[in-house]
Amino acid sequence: MDKKFTRRSILKATAATVAGAAVVSSDLLDWGSAWAADSPFKPEDGAKLQVLRWKRFIQSEEDAFMELVAAFTKATGIEVEVLNESMDDVQPKSSVAVNVGSGPDLIWGLYSLPHLFPNKCTDLTDVADYLGGKYGGWVPAAETYGKSGDKWIGIPMCFGGNYINYRNSAIEKAGFKEVPQDLEGFLALCEAMKGGGLPAGMALGHATGDANAWVHWALWSHGAAMVDENDKVILNSPESVAACEYVKKLYDAFIPGTASWNDGSNNKAFLAGEVGLTNNGISIYQKALVDGLDVKDDMDHAYYPVGPVGVPTEFHIAYPILVPTYSKFPNAAKAFVTFLMEAEQYNRWLEGSVAYLTHSLNAFNSNPIWTSDPKREIFAEAANRTFVAGYKGSVGQKAASAISEFIVVDMFANTATGQMSPKDAVADATKKARRIYR
Amino acid sequence: MAESTLRSGSAVVLTPGLWTRLNNNRNWLGFWFMLPAAAILVLFLTYPLGLGVWLSLTDASIGNPGKFIGILNFYEKECYGPDDCEIYGLFGDHVFWQSVWQTIFYTTFASVVKFAVGLYLALLLNNHLPFKALLRAVILLPFIVPTVLSALAFWWIYDAQFSIISWSLTKLGLIDQYIDFLGDPWNARWSLIFANIWRGVPFVAITLLAGLQTVPPSLYEAATLDGANRWQMFRHVTFPMLTPIIAVVMTFSVLFTFTDFQLIWAITRGGPANATHLMATLSYQRAILGGNMGEGAAISTAMIPFLLAAIMVSWFGLQRRKWQQGETDD
Repeated sequence: MDKKFTRRSILKATAATVAGAAVVSSDLLDWGSAWAADSPFKPEDGAKLQVLRWKRFIQSEEDAFMELVAAFTKATGIEVEVLNESMDDVQPKSSVAVNVGSGPDLIWGLYSLPHLFPNKCTDLTDVADYLGGKYGGWVPAAETYGKSGDKWIGIPMCFGGNYINYRNSAIEKAGFKEVPQDLEGFLALCEAMKGGGLPAGMALGHATGDANAWVHWALWSHGAAMVDENDKVILNSPESVAACEYVKKLYDAFIPGTASWNDGSNNKAFLAGEVGLTNNGISIYQKALVDGLDVKDDMDHAYYPVGPVGVPTEFHIAYPILVPTYSKFPNAAKAFVTFLMEAEQYNRWLEGSVAYLTHSLNAFNSNPIWTSDPKREIFAEAANRTFVAGYKGSVGQKAASAISEFIVVDMFANTATGQMSPKDAVADATKKARRIYR
Repeated sequence: MAESTLRSGSAVVLTPGLWTRLNNNRNWLGFWFMLPAAAILVLFLTYPLGLGVWLSLTDASIGNPGKFIGILNFYEKECYGPDDCEIYGLFGDHVFWQSVWQTIFYTTFASVVKFAVGLYLALLLNNHLPFKALLRAVILLPFIVPTVLSALAFWWIYDAQFSIISWSLTKLGLIDQYIDFLGDPWNARWSLIFANIWRGVPFVAITLLAGLQTVPPSLYEAATLDGANRWQMFRHVTFPMLTPIIAVVMTFSVLFTFTDFQLIWAITRGGPANATHLMATLSYQRAILGGNMGEGAAISTAMIPFLLAAIMVSWFGLQRRKWQQGETDD
């Protein structure tokens, strides 16, 4: 499957105007033309679209995406320009665009991006209803991220699973056959790995994706949360202190230096054989496959352990797309989103993303990517197992602010590096959270 | 016309038109010549500054112009119970205060070292050295390299697993564990200060070198005749002559350092646990990433007094020029 898309891909990773540039398979083209004629959303005359998206981590995902974009252009005659920005830059760029009222017609960002400026997002309820009705409904997290009140302000096109990546040989050397699925067992594994020479390591620096993913799991798995259902700050709790104590023990078992790790550090360290366990998307495995590294046969993925709360408390990245109200071509933008998420397109794209992305519509559970390689299987459930940003409260601007300020990451980092006691770190984080949530 | 006037015996005084008078009026012309510069200043300096200060007095967020809230971004007291009150706004925000002292520490330490090393290099390069031109060009290199590129290089140099410094020291047998440059708060601060010094020294050195070359050799000849040693010549000739340029170069250096953003953002993003946040990075994080424009603008506004203080130092430094030229300071 990888080869198929790699061979056909001819598009650059950076900004590219794609109108008619990509080679589009004839079946896709035929289907696209038929779809355009019967489209539920009629694009404006002379429409042109500019899409701002996060820069790909998996080349085959971008190739598949650009092929669909080219197919859309061929089917509708609408030129689409795709701008790529690194994950951390999408939010500031879109914030500026929305503030000045000019910029891309579609913005594809992370987590609760549409909730930063809900009043500036075009109502996409018709798109969500159409797609949800046709493809078995949205996963609950998609609905939470997509809706503001009764209105859909963004379409969560997919999720990015973030799971435990480990080397079989490393955990075996530590005396384990698999990654334990309880907190104490997981800690014991990490401690044993430190003694075994190939330690574990997870980012505790300001790493938007990887650090937020595992620290929120650590917090929630202990039964703690930043806010309750009414957005009242409840972080200052014995459960939070217990989570800090747990993370401190984990950190002590980690390879030194994880407090400075960013989103790329763990990939480098894992592939270089410096760590035997980390948390990440499928990108490490995919890199090993594409580059033919030996580690591809020695590695696998595991769920995060389940804590005393008894249910999975994972935190995976959501990728919502939104149409700012300043766009002159909202119908063309709606047509574009709908086109991408029709089964004929979306299935190809899911396959191209090789499990880096997980579907947000239930009907795509049956995509062959989830059964073609056992090492990819668990990523199929990421969208269904994830908690949302701001859990247990609302997924609004305050939740986005709390994540962007790394409040939970810093709480654990303060404890782990010995800057503060667990109690002080929790009190400190509570104060920061109260400032945002008042 | 003139002839006929004379014949008739009456004198007519030609009064120039308004346009001609305006064209000959220094103040009027001065106003117009100044206008383009003033327009540029207003458009690119006064307006953004004024807008920033205004935003700091509002609850603006991304996509929402906000409303006037007075000084609530700076100080607000909120009580949750009889003995459970919190001070909000920047005044009660310890991350803000942490960023303030970190900015002051970062600026002070880096500026002092940049000045000392820059002056030393300038004095060295002012001597007759072989390959002088080449050496001067090499000294400028760190300043020429784009900040983000040098920041990325430092990021690798300081990497917890792949640092060339740690690798070299390990190979030499001097350490047995890699140095945690960016994971430990103090290590991270020193690492960033070093990177800033590396980048800022050329600016100081080359500017001071230019200043040194304006010192008349006759002063040194006179000092030599008076029996002055090298230190006395530096203390009583070189340093006083350099004072005005030192004031200018150090003002700029302090301003650049105080408002540093790229280096911090590319290397640590303010981490670990906010230990390297400067006011500029915190303002960006709160305003653009967090969406709280008013709060971010308040942090930027809080930088103004510090920057004004730095400019005042330059102003009074420049006044000394008169004293050097034989006049009294006024």
